[in-house]
Amino acid sequence: MSRAEVVIAGFGGQGIMLAGYILGYAATIYDRKNAVQMESYGPEARGGAAKTELIISTEEIDYPIVEEPDILVVMSQEAYTRYHSKVKSNGTLIIDEDLVDLTPPPPPGVSVYKVPATRIAEALGRRIVANMVMLGALCAITKVVSPKAMEEAIKSRVPKGTEELNIKAFRAGYDFAIRLMRGEVD
Amino acid sequence: MSRRLPEVGGVYIQMEDELASLVVVIGASQAGAKAMTATSGPGFSLMMEQLGLAIMTETPCVLVNVMRGGPSTGQPTKASQGDVMQAKWGAHGDYEIIALAPSSPQEFFDYTIEAFNLSETYRVPVIVLADERVAHMREKVVIPPEDEIKVVSRKKPSVPPEEYLPYGSEELIPPMACLGEGYRVHITGLTHNEKGYPDMSGDVHSKLIWRICNKIRSNAEKIWRYKVIGSERPEATIVVYGSAYRSAIRAFKEARREGLSVALLKIETVWPFPEKPLLDLSETSKGFIVVEMNTGQILREVQRVAGSSRVEFVSQLGGDLPDPRGILTKIRRVLDHA
Repeated sequence: MSRAEVVIAGFGGQGIMLAGYILGYAATIYDRKNAVQMESYGPEARGGAAKTELIISTEEIDYPIVEEPDILVVMSQEAYTRYHSKVKSNGTLIIDEDLVDLTPPPPPGVSVYKVPATRIAEALGRRIVANMVMLGALCAITKVVSPKAMEEAIKSRVPKGTEELNIKAFRAGYDFAIRLMRGEVD
Repeated sequence: MSRRLPEVGGVYIQMEDELASLVVVIGASQAGAKAMTATSGPGFSLMMEQLGLAIMTETPCVLVNVMRGGPSTGQPTKASQGDVMQAKWGAHGDYEIIALAPSSPQEFFDYTIEAFNLSETYRVPVIVLADERVAHMREKVVIPPEDEIKVVSRKKPSVPPEEYLPYGSEELIPPMACLGEGYRVHITGLTHNEKGYPDMSGDVHSKLIWRICNKIRSNAEKIWRYKVIGSERPEATIVVYGSAYRSAIRAFKEARREGLSVALLKIETVWPFPEKPLLDLSETSKGFIVVEMNTGQILREVQRVAGSSRVEFVSQLGGDLPDPRGILTKIRRVLDHA
């Protein structure tokens, strides 16, 4: 995929911005691709909603605005309600299944992956790393960035002393998604 | 910067307001340091008086203005390009200025260095005229090794202190002694003579003002930075600067894919305005499409320079980047009337 448009959305405190930053950092610094992340502030960033937009490409990125996301990751119902209809028709939707109910349904043709990210994170001891679980799932499902690049980026960008937990969460999300795609879990 | 500057031997000072910030920058520069400040919207308006002081005292310094929707408090956190004319005319009196408009984090980095080099070369405040979109953009930035970065510093006097006259040089850009270097220095915003002392006579004022204008005007071709992308003899040319370039380059690529004869003039120094490439392009272009996030500021410059050419305008207000499709529509309109 030469240009992938990614939107990650949820609510404040879930580490949505950091997840986007790490994804872009992995793509540019370790996978040697190009990436642009736009942060928006203003009304949509208030009231608890958080969203980050990224474009990852093997080519130079001209227009930095996401038009139709190829990949949408949602970690809150509000984010689902707001963005679900914008996913490209053959795009990928990844949801935290405990936080998001798929009503109204996503556009036809969209591949949906349900990942209990917060539950997996809680089992690891800290719900705060649910964003890393989601990044693991995103990495396994979309292959937009290599897992090696993601792990390097996580190690260098998360707060000191939390690297191990964050990597563990990333791997848990990655492994879950692999099993999900093989039909070993539902 | 507050964290990084002290780590690399710099000083970061949090001042009480914008007025004080630029005054302190001027003082730091007069004491020999390279100094800059950054602001947005109303902060830029507040700095206009001090900008004039830096121009009049010919103090090298850099001012970053991240343009947002205005006037007044306007749209904090939303993008605009509404301060282009303010950058040129915002302080009272006659002067010339240099302003650079970045369209990516890489250019933001490169142009800030270039801004310092230009300010040191021409003894003029240089404005990095960015906008919210490029300021909140995260992208790959390649930082070259320190010894590969070109760094220019102000010309120092070659005469001993007893012979030094701060503004006595016949050159357009007088050598600059800094405070504490043993030279007698007098700095004032009043019209001043070769010693730097206030002098209200008409011919002193006239000579001073023409010199601070001509040091930029007569060197404009050396200062201009721009890129012409696309056909050598285009029928239509997009004119754009700053982050709006990111929309325009998309529209340009689409137009080329459709086989349209189009070029793109990316203006990097909005001031002094690069007239020559526009004049050259107007020989073949049937028209220009000016893209700006305002109601038409560089548009006037294009109309002034390109004279009889057809000029279409894509205006984007509200905080978002212009829609590339709207630019494409205007390209087609210019070509349909060709």
